[in-house]
Amino acid sequence: MERLTKTIKECESLAFDLNFKEAKKWKSEGADRVLVGYLPIYVPREIIHAANGLGVGIMGVGDRKQIIKGDAYYQSYICHLPRGIIELALDHNLDGFDGFLFPAICDCVRNLSGMFKIVKKGKFTRYFDYPQNFDMNIGGTFYRELIETVMADIKAINGVEVTVEQLNHSIALYNKNRSLIEKIYNIRQEFPWRLSAVDFYHVLRAGLVIPVERHNEMLEEVYSVIQNDIGEPMDNIRIVISGSFCEQPPIGLIKSIEMAGCYIIDDDFMLGSRWIMGDVDATTDNPLNALVSAFLEKSVPSSAIYDVDNPKGKRLVDQVRMRQADGVIFCAASFCDPALLDRPDLQKACDEAGVAHINFQFHENTGQFKVIKEQAGTFSDSIKLWV
Amino acid sequence: MSNPTEAIKEKSMVIQKEMLGDLFTQLSNAKENGKKVVYTFVPGNLTELILALDMLPVYPEINALQSGMRKKSGSYIKDAEKLGFSEDVCTYVKCDIGMMLNGNIGPTGEQLPPPDLLLLSYTGCFTFLKWFENLERLYPGVEIAMLHTPYQEDGKITDDQINYMVKQLTEEVIPKLEKVAGKKMDYDRLSKMLENSSKSEQLWVEVLQSAKNVPSPIDSYFAGVYYMGPLFTAFRGTEKALEYYQELHNEVFERMRLGLHPINPEGEMKEERFRLVVEGPPNWTNFREFWKIFYDMGAVIVASTYTKVGGVYDGGFRHEPEKPLESLAKYCMGCYTNLNLPQRVDLIEHYIKEYKADGFLINSIKSCNSFSAGQLLIMREIEQRCGVPVGFIESDLVDPRYFSYANIKNRLESYFQMLEQRKIIMQQEGASI
Repeated sequence: MERLTKTIKECESLAFDLNFKEAKKWKSEGADRVLVGYLPIYVPREIIHAANGLGVGIMGVGDRKQIIKGDAYYQSYICHLPRGIIELALDHNLDGFDGFLFPAICDCVRNLSGMFKIVKKGKFTRYFDYPQNFDMNIGGTFYRELIETVMADIKAINGVEVTVEQLNHSIALYNKNRSLIEKIYNIRQEFPWRLSAVDFYHVLRAGLVIPVERHNEMLEEVYSVIQNDIGEPMDNIRIVISGSFCEQPPIGLIKSIEMAGCYIIDDDFMLGSRWIMGDVDATTDNPLNALVSAFLEKSVPSSAIYDVDNPKGKRLVDQVRMRQADGVIFCAASFCDPALLDRPDLQKACDEAGVAHINFQFHENTGQFKVIKEQAGTFSDSIKLWV
Repeated sequence: MSNPTEAIKEKSMVIQKEMLGDLFTQLSNAKENGKKVVYTFVPGNLTELILALDMLPVYPEINALQSGMRKKSGSYIKDAEKLGFSEDVCTYVKCDIGMMLNGNIGPTGEQLPPPDLLLLSYTGCFTFLKWFENLERLYPGVEIAMLHTPYQEDGKITDDQINYMVKQLTEEVIPKLEKVAGKKMDYDRLSKMLENSSKSEQLWVEVLQSAKNVPSPIDSYFAGVYYMGPLFTAFRGTEKALEYYQELHNEVFERMRLGLHPINPEGEMKEERFRLVVEGPPNWTNFREFWKIFYDMGAVIVASTYTKVGGVYDGGFRHEPEKPLESLAKYCMGCYTNLNLPQRVDLIEHYIKEYKADGFLINSIKSCNSFSAGQLLIMREIEQRCGVPVGFIESDLVDPRYFSYANIKNRLESYFQMLEQRKIIMQQEGASI
């Protein structure tokens, strides 16, 4: 227990270190090491790892940094995440990063990639334009070329030629990482009081800024401790959070939901760490194709992926059923077009399936939680009393 | 605010009005006549493919902006919000969904037919993707074709990107179009249409470039949105569009020869006091009032980025009849909102210099992150590179709640005063040298 507390404390500190000291320290320990920052939601970190790099998740500044310059770069009706990230760049928090990847999830992140080019940050800046065509021969070919471009960017910096063995090794490490994360989610589904949502959040977010090997050790430790009967159950409902996959809610908000009587047993906070559902084949002689095929066939439901033939609403309801949750809290960042444009359809799917839900919006530095706590508390009471 | 008077119409305007009237009549009779209907988007549209298969295109963005101009968008948006759409999201989407909820009545007052195919040519706007996911749910079971247009993230179009798009076209999009149309693509017909497209594009570019003349014979933004209509929507590749652009070209060049100023809804401008480059779409709910603020002040928009959302033809691109699919791919990737931010800055800088602009103005649209995210950095860059006064106003596409006439007029008047002051100073400096 003491070790768990210590690990969680360490994760908390790592998760919100906006100077990325651990990542920079890791880089300083090897001449050909590179740091590649990436924005939400997902990039295949395996390719960076195999090229002796560290993919570092840049998830915004939350309520940990005052935004001054960033507000001069963005109008009031644009979400908060990019203004925090440009602030980090202009304040030199990201100095030492070799490159940046901006996944194709929305127009704000897309245009931020161009802003990084203009303010000349990093040795390379790529808009990571994942395919919206899921045929291996069409979208798969395009995606593979995209991955190869990023690998060439890294090689141009450190000269590392990635071998099949190295890439398979990296794939195996990230398979283990995702598997451990899922095991912890599974235990929390049944015994959410053993590890609070906030603590788990810190553990997951820490994994974005440290080597996967070290994160796997942390996850193993957490997993081993929470297999024991620890903590006291409370009379809370169990809910799934949906819509927080990019800009992250402040910790106070997650805490408020829990304190209001809701166990968060599944969420999309760190969706990039869970993007591939299941393992990527780590035994082939063509690991790049294995990564491509995993993206095309095993991507998690997300507002960033065109899924007309595989509706997200149904998948959310399936997730609620599988987790045996009592309801859904739609919790999206203000001005987040992808999440908010999905919300009506997801709500409709919940209504049709008889799944209770509420919704609210936040921004990463929201400071007032009273209303949210009251709303979540009422939601919890209504389910406990009437459902 | 004064009431704008009845607009004066030139022959090209009459031709365009007839073209639109004919299209909407065809659409309202589509089902009886067995015509298939394809819903698609303006940027990166594949109009020639649709028309070559004798299908009729419908553009939800155009429906939305016309609803805005007809003062119907406000209630449509509220209806979509009642359905659960947030106040924060794109108002084109909400207006379109609200319009469908209210019977899908088009600008002529007739009902638009439901789609036989949703053709998502997803170019330069991530929200398009979400929009069509929502449309698919409003029309369950409708056929869908998706064309993912890669972003010019590195400031160029690569062979990998072209191959990706051509493969999508040949293996998925065209077979789906053929399936819905019930016929095979006639590539000779397609090539002929692309030849027409190319000729219209050449005429369009010459019209745009007439604004380099001082005084400019056209307003490239407010009038430009009308001029671009046939090329950016349902008529590209047709003989009728070619006829329209030939007539427009004749009119504009005659105006230029006579040294005339642009035409606005109240007649001809008498004086060109300020030459501006504008970035961002216009507001549609108060379009006439918005335009009037400019022409009342003698401000002419000599170049705009919005009139490039359906193709940056003045950059040299033309559809190529000999390489139909490659050129359609390049067309999609070359649209303005598919350019990266450094490319956008370069283009605006080029416009300011080439068109001898006195200033640069951004109309930042609350609904449109594709345009708006990064505009404040664009503004700084342009100010540094070109040394012209920059202005910044905010409004929305079709949500009347976000158009504050007094606020915008106030800001623009201050901006024009600044431009006037600068002119005086520059004249004085010129005189003293």
